[in-house]
Amino acid sequence: MATMNMVKALNSALDVMMERNPDVLTFGEDVGYFGGVFRVTEGLQARHGKQRCFDTPIAEGGIVAAAIGMGAHGLRPVVEIQFADYIYPAFDQIVSEAARLRYRSAGQFSAPITIRSPYGGGIFGGQVHSQSPEGLFTHVAGLKTVVPSNPYDAKGLLISAIEDNDPVIFLEPKRLYNGPFDGHHDRAVRAWAGRPEAEVPEGYYKVPLGKAAIVRPGQAVTMLAYGTMVHVAVAAAEEAGIDAEIIDLRTLIPLDIETIEASVRRTGRCVIVHEATRTSGFGAELIALVQEHCFYHLEAPIERVTGWDTPYPHVFEWEYFPGPARVIEALRRVMGDGR
Amino acid sequence: MTRAGIATPKPVSPALDDIVPPPLTGLRIPEPQARPGTAPDFSGLVLPHAGAARRPAVDDHPGLFRELAYDLIRVLDEDGNAVGPWAPSLDPQLLCAALMDMLVTRAYDHRMYRAQRAGKTSFYMKSTGEEAVSVGAALALTNADMCFPTYRQQGLLISRGYPLVDMMCQIYSNARDPLKGRQMPVMYSSREHGFFSISGNLGTQFSQAVGWGMACAYKRESHIAAAWIGDGATAEGDFHYALTMAAVYHAPVILNVVNNQWAISSFHGIAGGLETTFAARGIGVGLPALRVDGNDLLAVYAATSWAAERARRNLGATLIEMVTYRREGHSTSDDPTRYRPVDEPDVWPLGDPVERLKRHLVRLGIWDDAQHAAATAQAEEQVKAAAKEAEGFGTLGSDQRPSVASMFDDVYEEMPWHLRRQRQELGI
Repeated sequence: MATMNMVKALNSALDVMMERNPDVLTFGEDVGYFGGVFRVTEGLQARHGKQRCFDTPIAEGGIVAAAIGMGAHGLRPVVEIQFADYIYPAFDQIVSEAARLRYRSAGQFSAPITIRSPYGGGIFGGQVHSQSPEGLFTHVAGLKTVVPSNPYDAKGLLISAIEDNDPVIFLEPKRLYNGPFDGHHDRAVRAWAGRPEAEVPEGYYKVPLGKAAIVRPGQAVTMLAYGTMVHVAVAAAEEAGIDAEIIDLRTLIPLDIETIEASVRRTGRCVIVHEATRTSGFGAELIALVQEHCFYHLEAPIERVTGWDTPYPHVFEWEYFPGPARVIEALRRVMGDGR
Repeated sequence: MTRAGIATPKPVSPALDDIVPPPLTGLRIPEPQARPGTAPDFSGLVLPHAGAARRPAVDDHPGLFRELAYDLIRVLDEDGNAVGPWAPSLDPQLLCAALMDMLVTRAYDHRMYRAQRAGKTSFYMKSTGEEAVSVGAALALTNADMCFPTYRQQGLLISRGYPLVDMMCQIYSNARDPLKGRQMPVMYSSREHGFFSISGNLGTQFSQAVGWGMACAYKRESHIAAAWIGDGATAEGDFHYALTMAAVYHAPVILNVVNNQWAISSFHGIAGGLETTFAARGIGVGLPALRVDGNDLLAVYAATSWAAERARRNLGATLIEMVTYRREGHSTSDDPTRYRPVDEPDVWPLGDPVERLKRHLVRLGIWDDAQHAAATAQAEEQVKAAAKEAEGFGTLGSDQRPSVASMFDDVYEEMPWHLRRQRQELGI
């Protein structure tokens, strides 16, 4: 075991997999010699060689296309899109190509690729360094979408993603890279060290795709969150003094519906929290599923707390970000307080 | 002023009075030389003599032969002689086999077109007049070289011996369709025959081929990748991603632009074909670039072999523009008489690839009209027999389909719960 922040844990996942499997390689913008703008690939080129960790042209569509061709020819490329906000030039390659290759070729070809990308806000990144586009990918048949919330999961999920034979969109909440963040932006920055999730095995282990984690058991209400919002949800529940059960989804597709269903059937209430914009967001899918699976157990309308349907505004970051105050309001509404 | 020690002339501003304002003609929109109702006109296509283009060594620096991006590599002359430094020495039996592959491709296209018209399938796309582009390439490559084709390289599959019946079952989306009825007609896939799954989106596979080639280099294989794209789709970003990445990583890949003059109703000038050649797009990124008579099977073969050797020797990628002509509509949904002269295909200056190879074989004394007539009849018979067999497994709209349950397979390697549930919802 070693204490790792999320950057180190992700780096360790890549290192372990490159050590274990010569077919694993990683590339992207500034990924090689420099080690990536967030340092996730630091040292990998020196340890595994230039052919296994290298820089690419600024061409996200070309990066993903090359990964598809390599993946189809037996390699396991892990590509980095420097910010999720830059993933759109590769959207056609992801949606029309990687996601459908197995299906349209009736299994002759597949794209076992992992597309990593720092995502989400909370760092004053403005419109082009803050977005949460997971809903664009969960809408596409053939893709898996993963969002870790802590170092231990980040490493175990990334190893699972690399070993998975389907294309995986792996979104890394960049505000969590160096420490947990519960939305209290006015408080001192915290580090991962000292938290149990920061104790990470140095070797190989997996956190399976499609399995959620109950990060806080409770009886009164079920909160569904992923990424940064897991920490916001925990803070909100504690500050509101509500016995909320908090489920960290970890993988959006495939979704762990069993864990969600069992919890909501027990609590009868559900609050969904995500940072992405609201309309057609993944929260809408979660509401629909909870309604389909748990309707007769519900005691209150399902609530969702999300980013607003605006571009991510630089100066209004904290009015945009669905912080603990907004989550507490939703919790109180769903509990019937103040009505 | 100096920069890096090089003196640069001081800029001189012209006096304002010296500037003559240009006439206000508005936005320039390129137009083809002829439209329906006017005489076809290919005077814009410069035709160098066969044999005139020089053949560089495969390890020459691309900067030493840039003129080949603007030239036109031709081997077969008007009389059917193979001339010049690009003339390959090929076993005459292989040439006869290539001619047969072109004849089968043509007969196949004809038959499948009529099958669509007869309501046996939804859609079809012919490659008539462009057969040398794919058959010539197949002759120069091995089956272990992965091809990333467009929807007009069916000749690759035919040359590589993929069964016609399997091709037709895909066209009919029937019970024996190797792709289980999931893809539109002509979007074939056969890993075994080195034929990558056709997407149907334009250009996307050009850059994937570079990735495949990069994997070949990474694994230190001698196999290579080859890709095709239409003149129209060179305007897509994927084309430029492919060129940049192929050049940067010296990917062992052959990048072919099939300039068949028309992208549905848009002539090549709408993709920038009037400004410079499509081959010349390679020069800016430092790739070797060849412009080739795509209706001359020997030239196609020679250029592809040259590029393949370059790639196999780890010298990197080559961009080849195959100049050809789309004789038929874009697809069965298209009517080319609405946007180009009806007789334009008949006056295409590079002629017909089948006739040109035939003339060469006659010239060599190994082929004659009677043999050609017999071979044509044999190709048609072969296609007819295959069609009969394929139709026995069903045509589109018949009850003979892949199982409906299979619709939910292969979305993921393992079916997730939500797809299982949706399959149940459909009642299967």
